Amino acid sequence: MKGSMIIVGFFIAGIVVGVLHLLPPMSSLGNISLVTLYALIFLVGFMIGNDAEIFKKFKRLNRLYMLLPLMTIVGTLAGCAITTLLLPHRSLSECLAVGSGMGYYSLSSVLITQYKGAELGTVALLANIVREVITLLGAPLMVRWFGKLAPISVGGATTMDTTLPIITRACGKDLVIVSIFHGFIVDFSVPLLVTFFAGL
Amino acid sequence: MAAGIATGWLLRRRSFKFINTLLIVLVWALLFFLGVEAGENQAVIDGIKDLGMEALLLALAGTAGSIALAWVLWKLIKRKEGGGR
Repeated sequence: MKGSMIIVGFFIAGIVVGVLHLLPPMSSLGNISLVTLYALIFLVGFMIGNDAEIFKKFKRLNRLYMLLPLMTIVGTLAGCAITTLLLPHRSLSECLAVGSGMGYYSLSSVLITQYKGAELGTVALLANIVREVITLLGAPLMVRWFGKLAPISVGGATTMDTTLPIITRACGKDLVIVSIFHGFIVDFSVPLLVTFFAGL
Repeated sequence: MAAGIATGWLLRRRSFKFINTLLIVLVWALLFFLGVEAGENQAVIDGIKDLGMEALLLALAGTAGSIALAWVLWKLIKRKEGGGR
């Protein structure tokens, strides 16, 4: 929670700098945000490759739990597709691109800004931060009403890092490996799905 | 990302505590630049309220959709485990 607050703080600081034109225009700085993004993706991959145990743990997982990432992706996209009806000025692919962020706001917002501009990028950032906050605050309630898989699904791509502690507390230790597996798979799907829908 | 996984795997015997810190700093930098880009864009600043509503709507819809399917899978798993015992 504190982590996301700091991140929002940096975003707001950036907006202030942008509004007041304290820096030369971003377009003149070349692809500085894109380069930062590539470095970020490289590091995420690096960490996955660096954890030798992770694949061994996945092998012991119950087959049905392996369907959860699919449920998350299909459910999220279905929900966002319906939202298109309420947002007439947004196309289906734009809504799906925002939804595909699945809580991974840093990556999805930068990708969408690259493809669709800062406006939709901002929507993506806010929507995916809200989703993470919903997970952090609502996990215990979701467990009570919809079962122990609900907070993991809502957590989307964040369930292997930022929301893992809260999920562990709400769902119990048994589901930690499900949560990590889920976050791992969804994490991978985010850049693929976002660029796919944003490129349409 | 693939390059990152490969590098990480090759160097898996060493510990890289600083990677986490570096990752967080990069995320901060990224969001800062994103903010600058949004702040320079007049359309974003003028429409920030509408954009916020859109974001909230999309977040709730995505959340609802994933809860629904996760619930279905949970029921399915519970029934299978119950029947197996």
